[in-house]
Amino acid sequence: MPRARRRRTGGRIALTVFTGVVFAFLMLPLLVVFPISVSSAPYLQFPPPGFSWQWYQRYLDDPTWIESTIRSFKVAFLCTALSMALGVPLSFALVRSRLRGMRIADRLVAAPIIVPTIIISIAVYSLFAQLRLIGEWYGIAIAHTILALPFVVILVSAGLRTFDEAQEHAAMGLGASWPVAVWRITLPQLRPSLVSAAFLAFVTSFDELVIAMFLSGASMTLPKKMFDNILLEIDPTIAAVSVLQILLACLCLGLATIFGRGALPSSVTR
Amino acid sequence: MDLTVRGVVRRFGPVTALAGVDLTVAEGELLTILGPSGSGKTTLLKVVAGFEIPDEGTVRLGSEDVTLAPPRQRDVGMVFQNYALFPHLTVAQNVAFPLEMRRMPKPERDRRVAEALALVELAGYEARLPRQLSGGQQQRVALARAIVFNPRLLLLDEPFGALDRKLRESMQLEVRRLQRRLKLTTLFITHDQEEALILSDRVAVMNAGRIEQVGTPGDVYARPATRFVADFVGESNLLEGRASGDAAAEVPGLGRIALARAAGAAGDRTTLLLRPEALRVGAEAAALPNRAHGRIVETVFLGLSVKLRLRLDGGLELLARLPLRPSEPLPAAEGETVPLGFAPEDVHVVGG
Repeated sequence: MPRARRRRTGGRIALTVFTGVVFAFLMLPLLVVFPISVSSAPYLQFPPPGFSWQWYQRYLDDPTWIESTIRSFKVAFLCTALSMALGVPLSFALVRSRLRGMRIADRLVAAPIIVPTIIISIAVYSLFAQLRLIGEWYGIAIAHTILALPFVVILVSAGLRTFDEAQEHAAMGLGASWPVAVWRITLPQLRPSLVSAAFLAFVTSFDELVIAMFLSGASMTLPKKMFDNILLEIDPTIAAVSVLQILLACLCLGLATIFGRGALPSSVTR
Repeated sequence: MDLTVRGVVRRFGPVTALAGVDLTVAEGELLTILGPSGSGKTTLLKVVAGFEIPDEGTVRLGSEDVTLAPPRQRDVGMVFQNYALFPHLTVAQNVAFPLEMRRMPKPERDRRVAEALALVELAGYEARLPRQLSGGQQQRVALARAIVFNPRLLLLDEPFGALDRKLRESMQLEVRRLQRRLKLTTLFITHDQEEALILSDRVAVMNAGRIEQVGTPGDVYARPATRFVADFVGESNLLEGRASGDAAAEVPGLGRIALARAAGAAGDRTTLLLRPEALRVGAEAAALPNRAHGRIVETVFLGLSVKLRLRLDGGLELLARLPLRPSEPLPAAEGETVPLGFAPEDVHVVGG
């Protein structure tokens, strides 16, 4: 008995250490990026020689940064809306339908994750060129929806699978039509899944670079602007923008945790 | 309102879940569908509730044909097996849901919800969430939700299965009282024959997609129409034999048995039912026309009674159930051979 207890304690210590190492590994880039973003030096230097907010100031003062940030928000919001509008009904179809072939369709939904983004980008580029959607922000949003949709469908259908359909039946028996039963009974209970899905769709779009490179033309999204910035002039503005992006992600995550009542899988953090 | 089911057939691919069901539930009556799992009772319930459309046949509520009507147009209150309460809504919101769907104005709605909760003795629990209630309380909320809108029919789908024995018994009585008081036409589904006998005005025994017998609990117990009913409802000794033309039958292992009336033409195969409580053991067996001797191979105490398994010379086994009185010792111990006997009028000819 004492031996078993000691062994368990040993395992617990090992687990704690391991978790700590993984956590440090994940957090280390932040520990570098944040000091550089408040550096007084005009180039990337670590550790920074002094403190200054100048790179945040430069970001805020440069209209091209702000423009691309606003564009990225618009793209991400539209992408979130589109992938939810398509993904939630699709999840119902995949989970509830008794049609043959639904299992195959279920697997196919993950295809955009498997296919390299560059392939999707090239394909979408040639199509959008014909449709004159290159350089339009909503074109990028539509293309991003391809990438975000699988996450939405996977999360929402996982939630839906654990939902007790008898409740929907009960609601219908009590006088609700099916859409009303879904709206009043099913969706509120799927809220954790819906919130996670929306959050993931948003983040997928907000820091997507490859598709944006092909489709944005002159009107850049934030990741494309960051990429160009690195190519042209390397200064700590990029670090400042990164920190702001991380803060945004933390904010989203916080909101998702509050409104999703803690059901957010921890793996969605990027 | 009365419910009439006529010739209902429902097939799922090669499986026939309902093979032509006819059933009438009179206004204010509580009729139980009793059957083992897979007998089609749940499918029948779904057809009545509107979650399944039958391939053939009709369902009528009063004079209205609702065979094809969606559930929401049927005005049928249902209590589900696991209650299916809405966990994100409070007790009051759960009970108010059907009224809200009927666009009842809020003041009236609040009044009806309060009434229904009072009826199930849950006044004061309005603001709780279902998960903050005990199993019995959740059941009452489900019941209140099912009756609050004055349904034309109440459906109960094995509602007591999840409760422990004591709670189940008190809930059964409570449901019965409420049903009588509100004169609700009720269709109750269960696989528990004891529950069916306690609660029902009439019992319909279902097997393999068909109703084998409909009758009062007493009828179904004492005069089962088929071998299945005799076996499924209560404990039984089923004796296979041949009719001898007069009021008697030949049963291998028991010999000639006197009956109250003829079991058929001479030589016809017949199944006889002898309930364990009708089999006498010991001295009182001597005066009865049908007698045998059996060795006690098993004794099971059941509190108010004792159950004996007896083996006859030919190998035939019979069950006997004797009342237990503290003052009277058991007639014999395990392993002993005792006289057995039963009266002709206690033998029921199954299907006769």
